[in-house]
Parts: sequence; structure tokens; C-alpha cells
Amino acid sequence: MLNDHPSGMHDVTGAVPLRERLVAFVRERWELAALLVCAVAPLVVPALGGALGGQVTTLFIYCILALGLNVMVGYTGLVHLGIAAFFGIGAYVFAILTVPMYPFQMRFVTAAAVSVLATAAIGLALGAPTLRLRGDYLAIVTLGFGEVVKVTLRNLEQITGGMKGLNPVPPPGKGVVIGGTDLGLAFAIDPRWFYYLALAALAVVVVAMRRLEQSRLGRAWVAVREDELAASAMGISAIRVKLSAFAMSSAVAGLAGCLYAASLSTTADPNAYDFNRSIMVLCAVILGGLGSIPGTLLGVALLVGFDTVLAPWADAAIQQWNINPSGSSLLSFSGWRLAIFGLALVLVMRYRPEGLVPSRRLAAELHKEHP
Amino acid sequence: MQFFLQQCLIGITNGALVALVALGYTMVYGIIRLINFAHGDLIMLGACLALTLVSAFGLAGGGMVTTWFGVVLLVLLCGLFCGGLNVAVDRIVYRPLRNAPKLAPLVSAIGVSFIFMNVGLFWLGPADRSFPELLPAANLLAGDGLQFTAKDLLVLVVVIPLMVALSLLVKSTRLGKAMRAVSQDPTAAALVGIDVDRVITFTFFVGGFLGGAASVIYGLYINTISFQMGFQNGLYAFTAAVLGGIGSIPGAVVGGLVIGLVRSLSSAYVGERWTGAIVFVILIVILVFRPEGLLGRGTKEKV
Repeated sequence: MLNDHPSGMHDVTGAVPLRERLVAFVRERWELAALLVCAVAPLVVPALGGALGGQVTTLFIYCILALGLNVMVGYTGLVHLGIAAFFGIGAYVFAILTVPMYPFQMRFVTAAAVSVLATAAIGLALGAPTLRLRGDYLAIVTLGFGEVVKVTLRNLEQITGGMKGLNPVPPPGKGVVIGGTDLGLAFAIDPRWFYYLALAALAVVVVAMRRLEQSRLGRAWVAVREDELAASAMGISAIRVKLSAFAMSSAVAGLAGCLYAASLSTTADPNAYDFNRSIMVLCAVILGGLGSIPGTLLGVALLVGFDTVLAPWADAAIQQWNINPSGSSLLSFSGWRLAIFGLALVLVMRYRPEGLVPSRRLAAELHKEHP
Repeated sequence: MQFFLQQCLIGITNGALVALVALGYTMVYGIIRLINFAHGDLIMLGACLALTLVSAFGLAGGGMVTTWFGVVLLVLLCGLFCGGLNVAVDRIVYRPLRNAPKLAPLVSAIGVSFIFMNVGLFWLGPADRSFPELLPAANLLAGDGLQFTAKDLLVLVVVIPLMVALSLLVKSTRLGKAMRAVSQDPTAAALVGIDVDRVITFTFFVGGFLGGAASVIYGLYINTISFQMGFQNGLYAFTAAVLGGIGSIPGAVVGGLVIGLVRSLSSAYVGERWTGAIVFVILIVILVFRPEGLLGRGTKEKV
């Protein structure tokens, strides 16, 4: 690693031009650079204070969700097809703890902490009996659990509000007055507050994941992925390691759920937490690069960007050039959404299974011919 | 009591349909250990073709003989279509990934299911489409007790011969023997001179053919199809396959019947809206306590 540093002892004198040092900084600490850009952007780009700010906030929340999924799918190599269920549990527990129709009405931080813990506990409760199963069976268990959660959220109307969801979820810091301004009111009026809240949460998660990757636990996750038997022979308790990955994934997804409910000020209807959402997040992680933090972030940005930027733009362009006067869905760009995603998955698996920004370790593993 | 029996009858007919789809999952899994996520959507495409053919042939409103003849023709055509499509997907998508890590074909199958769904969306449009009622709704049983209509008869008339044919095929033909050999150990099968790729292709074809037949019956029996039907039905069928012991052909049939009964009884006694949750809770419980399924044999992880 030391050799990569262009700013060694000899160039303290300033012999290395500023530009080169900047490039080196971005390459080494890309996450800091990206966070810095995101932190400054709303002050420079006025659009981020409006509707765009809300969309970028949602993007950050999905990034958190995908980083959570990455722990299980990327590091530990367990296919998880129901991450949206944990996203939903986080959102609903948070909403139950804060909405006016329930007696709890906790503060934001307390409610978020409780719901993250609760989501992790539910993850443990599901994982403990099922993690012994082989990979593809586990995938089906998570998928089935996702369906159970969705149906339950939809049908337990007395508790979850059914299709209406729970609302209004109060903004963070409601009733807290700092310097004469009500923090809750500020959150409700200016989307930049949520933007920074989500950005801060994302920053914390990214840094935590960076640390985890290199920790004893993170290395154990990877060891179990690469060869469970060999890992157990080295004294790693595979079940415990997998369980911790499951709990960590669930907890991070729960955190994303809290932020989601708070930023929308409703839990939305249970369909927001269905299989499609799980698969989209999984697509993002796989497309970007399993087990790679920058890859995961890029994958989410691409998928969300497809839906919110590219598809509307292409549809508008098609309309403008009058290619599609009859309004047939065959000639609209967004009509091909599923096929494009599907094709992307197939092609990535065929030609670049390690994703766009691969983690070095996984790329090495995937390009080795398996017997 | 009569209500209960009626629900059981509905459950068995439904279950036979589920079993037909489950066979497609279980055969493919048995031979290349792939959960073919696209199977449900393959059946959706089969139903699209069936709907198109019914209108093209003008089958609705024909006489008794024309109708039954037409149904058999539909089953054959849709079976060939789905079987061929399944083989094509295997050739193009799954075959290059035979030696890849397990995740790769599974994710590709999800991708294929998306592509199929998009094709179905173009074919049917976003809304539910009603499938014409070709068969009379009159009760075939005497008295005003149990209801057993021509539709129920159709399911059994198509499903039972297909299953008998399948078990004969697997048990007593050369190809069936080769299939069993490949599913036990592909390397050893190749060593004794079995063309493994050909056997896999054939398995995909048979699984797809059964799925195509199921799609026609689904249309005629349920009478509503949509581009999203594949996911839910595929999931139920897969649950049935796992329940019976994935890779086991009689297991898929038993699993299908159990799932059919669970669905009809839980819809009748608990409420339709909980059915999905009940089926998957059963799936999870079974996987936890008996991961090899009801009739399956346990597979040991190989070092």
C-alpha cells in the first residue's frame, strides 16, 4: 500500500503538482471525496433544495439498503431474496414508535435505535433455524419470508393500517427548538435537512462497512464464502459467522427503513416492500460488484438513475421526435424496463460476474474455473 | 362435511395443476441443481400463446367434439412452444454457466424471468385478461351434492395421462435411465458414455412441455391470465417441489396435491388473503425440520 502513495517523504517540498495529489486523494479515499461532493452540492446546485433533493435522499437510502444486503450476498455469499421485508420491518417498527395514533411517540433517535435492534432480532430469529440450509434453499426461505411479511403487513389492518400504511410519521427533531427554530418544522419545509441526514447516515454506514471489511468478523465472512469447510477447519464457527452477517444485513436494512419512513412521512403501502424491491436491490449489488462498497453504490446509482433520469428522458425524447404517435408501449422506452434489467443481469453474469467495480478478492474467485 | 369435501375436491384439482408446474422445477433442479426462476414466467408465456390460439382458431362456441379436440391441440402446441423456449434459454443462457459458481445461473434465471415478463407485458398488456370459457359449467355428478364440472374433469384428464407418461419415460426408457444417471452424478454419467448435454436439453424440453400443458389448463380452469401470474404460481409450484423433496418426481406430485389442499382449505377456513402467508410459513417450517422434503432423499454436501 505504501508504494501507492505518491506523497511519500521526498515530495513534502511540493514537487508533486496539486492535480496529481488530488487524483491520488480521490483514488485512495474515494468515499471521502464523494461525500465531500455530495455535502457541498446542495449549496451550489439550487435544484437539490427542491424535488431533486428528495430523490437524491431516496437514492442515499437505497444505497444504505444495498450496503446492508451486500454484507450477506457480497461478503458472506448467501443469496438473500427478501431484503425488502427487513426494510419494511424497519419502517413499520419506526412508524409504530413515532406516529400519533400509538402511545409511544418516541424521539427520532430512540425510535430508530429500537427499530434497528428489532429488525436485527427478527433477522436472527429467522436466521437461527434456517442458516443450516444449503444456499439455494436459504434463498427460497428469504423469499418466502418476504412474502409472509408483505401479506402480514397488508392484512393486519388494526396494527399496520393495511394498504394505507401508517402516517403521518413525524419529522426528526419534532418539538426540539434550537436557536428559535423548530427542528421538526425545518425538516418538514426544507428537503436539504433530510438530504444531509441521509447523507450522514450513509457516510456512517460506508465507514462502518469499510472497517468491518477488514475486521476479524469481516474476514471471517469472506472466509466462509470462499470455503465454508476450510473456514470451519480453521476454527471459524460458520453458523455464528453467517448469523452475524444475517443480523448485520437486517439491522442496516432496518436503518434504511427508518429513514425511508421518516423522509416520506408515511410507511407507504406494503407493496413498497415486495419481492420486486428486493430483486432491484439485489440487481444493484450484483451489477455494481458483489462485496465491493463503491460497486454497490454505483449499482444503486445506475438503477435509480435509470428509473428517475434515463427512462423519463428517453420517453420524452421519443414523444418529442414523434416516433410513437400511436402511444404503443412497444415503442416507449420505459415499456422495456424489465427486459433491460433482465438482460443486464444475464449479460453481467455471463461476461463480468464480478460486477462493474469488482472487489479484488471476489474477481479472483469468480475467474477461477470451478471443478 | 359436504363443504369440507367440496374444498378437498377443489384442492385436489388445483393441486394437480400445481404438480404439473412443480415437475418442471424438480426435473431441472434434479439434473443441474438450478432453481429455474423463469419457469413460472415460461408458463405465463404459454398461457399468452394459448389465449392467442383460442382466438385465432375461433374455439369459443364450438361443439363438444371440436372443443375437446381443440384443447388437446392447444396442449400440444403450447407444450411444444414452452419446451422449445426452455431448451433455447438453456442453450443460450445456462449452458455457458455450467462451470460457474452457483450464484451465476440463479441470477441469470431471475434475469430471464424479467425478460419473459416484459414479453408477456407486450403480449397481454398491463391489465388482467379473461380467458374464454370453453367448457360448460354444468355439474357432472348426479344430485345436488358435490360440484364436479367439465373443467375439473379436464384437469384430471390432462394431468393424469401426462404424469403416467412421464413416470414411464423416466423409469423404463433408455433416455429416462440416462436422466437418472446424470442427476445422480454427471461426471460418472459422462464417463459411461452418456451425452450429458443432450440429456439436460431433453430434461428442459420435458419440463417446459409439462409447463406448456399446465398453462393451457390454467387458462381454461382459472379463466384469468396476466403478465404477472408467473411469479406467484411459480412460487407455489416451487414450494410444492421443495415440499415433496426437490429432484423427486413423485415428490413433486405429492407436494402439488398438498399445496393445492392447503390453499383451498386455508382460503375456505382462514381467508383467501392469508393463503400466501400460510403456504410460505409451511415451506419455511418444512425446510427447517425436513429439508429433504417429504419423499426426497437427503443430499450430503460434497467436499
